[in-house]
Amino acid sequence: MVKLRVEFLGGLDVVFNKQRTYDLDIPSSGAFTIKDLLDYLVDKMIDNPKDVEVFIEDGTVRPGIITLINDADWELEGELEYEIEDGDVISFTSTLHGG
Amino acid sequence: MSWKPPSDPVNTKNKPIKVSQLCELCHCRKAILKRPKNLQKICKECFFHVFETEIHNTIVTNNLFYPGERVAVGASGGKDSTVLAHIMKLLNERYNYGIDITLLSVDEGIVGYRDDSLATVKRNQKQYGLPLEIVSFKELYNWTMDEIVATAGIRNSCTYCGVFRRQSLDRGAQKLKIHHVITGHNADDMAETVLMNILRGDVARLEKSTAIITQSSGSPIKRSKPFKYSYQKEIVLYAHYKKLDYFSTECTYAPEAFRGTARELMKNLEAVRPSCIIDIIHSGENLVLKEKEQRFKKLGPGEDPLTVNSGFIDGNRCERCNYLSSNKICKACMLLEGLEKNRAAITLEKDSSVDGAARVMRTLEHLSF
Ligand code: SF4
Ligand SMILES: [Zn+2]
Ligand SMILES: [Zn+2]
Repeated sequence: MVKLRVEFLGGLDVVFNKQRTYDLDIPSSGAFTIKDLLDYLVDKMIDNPKDVEVFIEDGTVRPGIITLINDADWELEGELEYEIEDGDVISFTSTLHGG
Repeated sequence: MSWKPPSDPVNTKNKPIKVSQLCELCHCRKAILKRPKNLQKICKECFFHVFETEIHNTIVTNNLFYPGERVAVGASGGKDSTVLAHIMKLLNERYNYGIDITLLSVDEGIVGYRDDSLATVKRNQKQYGLPLEIVSFKELYNWTMDEIVATAGIRNSCTYCGVFRRQSLDRGAQKLKIHHVITGHNADDMAETVLMNILRGDVARLEKSTAIITQSSGSPIKRSKPFKYSYQKEIVLYAHYKKLDYFSTECTYAPEAFRGTARELMKNLEAVRPSCIIDIIHSGENLVLKEKEQRFKKLGPGEDPLTVNSGFIDGNRCERCNYLSSNKICKACMLLEGLEKNRAAITLEKDSSVDGAARVMRTLEHLSF
């Protein structure tokens, strides 16, 4: 079981039921990585399959979306391989929406 | 509409920081971002400092302002203009530019989009303590964007919107007797525009597209882009870390397809090579056309002088609205004329019982537009 918070900002909330923040308890045994989280979000939290491409491209977060792990750019934390710990905040912010 | 800032996550576990995770500028705090410009890893405090200072340097080296100048920030409530308003107020106080800042917004009349984003601008006005002026398409042209789309279709919505917005900003500034409008266009926008102009072969526009200050001769209003060298990513992160209140819903009318494709291309390039945004701008700046005289080709046999030498004639005014225009009638008035014809046709169709032939005629009229 891993307890975390995810945030969808910069307009991304539209594909996640228009809700910006979710506190999640995800059952898992062993390491739970960002990659696992993305699979979980796509499987369980995007209602409309057409919306998946707004968020995911080629198995990773779509270019133009900033991923932060506890407010740090995920590039500095190992990106998809980062192992999520209890209490982590993962936020996704679109830079593509609005201007 | 209320606004809730995102959470402010701290390291919950106080894990020891490795030396390799330290900020490359101050060497004492944990780095939280890698700058796309130079791949430097820096902490939050250092990020604020370099981001703000770079914009200040851009302003100073380009002499964007003079003391006592009145400046309007084109404010849409979106991330770029919200950060711009915040930064301009901050730098003006920190470095004593001595400028007088007003927020200037355009209400295009798009229900569910612009009405909400204007609510954001109104909150910004209070948060920053700056005066706000709103000009609307409805009051200037007697058309809202929603009405325009209902009449002319969704496909060209951004063409209408762009032409009218540009003019509206000028008219708003003129009303306030302000001669300088600054906008939140950033490095990504500029690189995107350079790329689009190259892809379209629009050489005449290429040269203008990288200018930090633009002003048509004869126009009382100049425009500038203090974020010319600021990355979209850093602007969004700045807004995020500073918890600025911005609006991020997409316009109801899809943005121009070609620009969307160019943007996608830019984002994919950036993912592979982050510096490419600045590199494209740099290339654009150095693609300078030959002297103007040489641009006017000699006429070949049977060539129409109008299509060959279609250079801009600056300083002309529109016969109808007196707005600056290179043609007799400005673009906005041309678009309006088309719209009015269609409004007439549509009203007719609605309130008279038309027989088949007449209806076909009107449908044809509609098509030819
Ligand atoms: S997307 Fe097009 S129609 Fe919508 S606000 Fe922008 S320019 Fe106007
Ligand atoms: Zn630092
Ligand atoms: Zn006109």
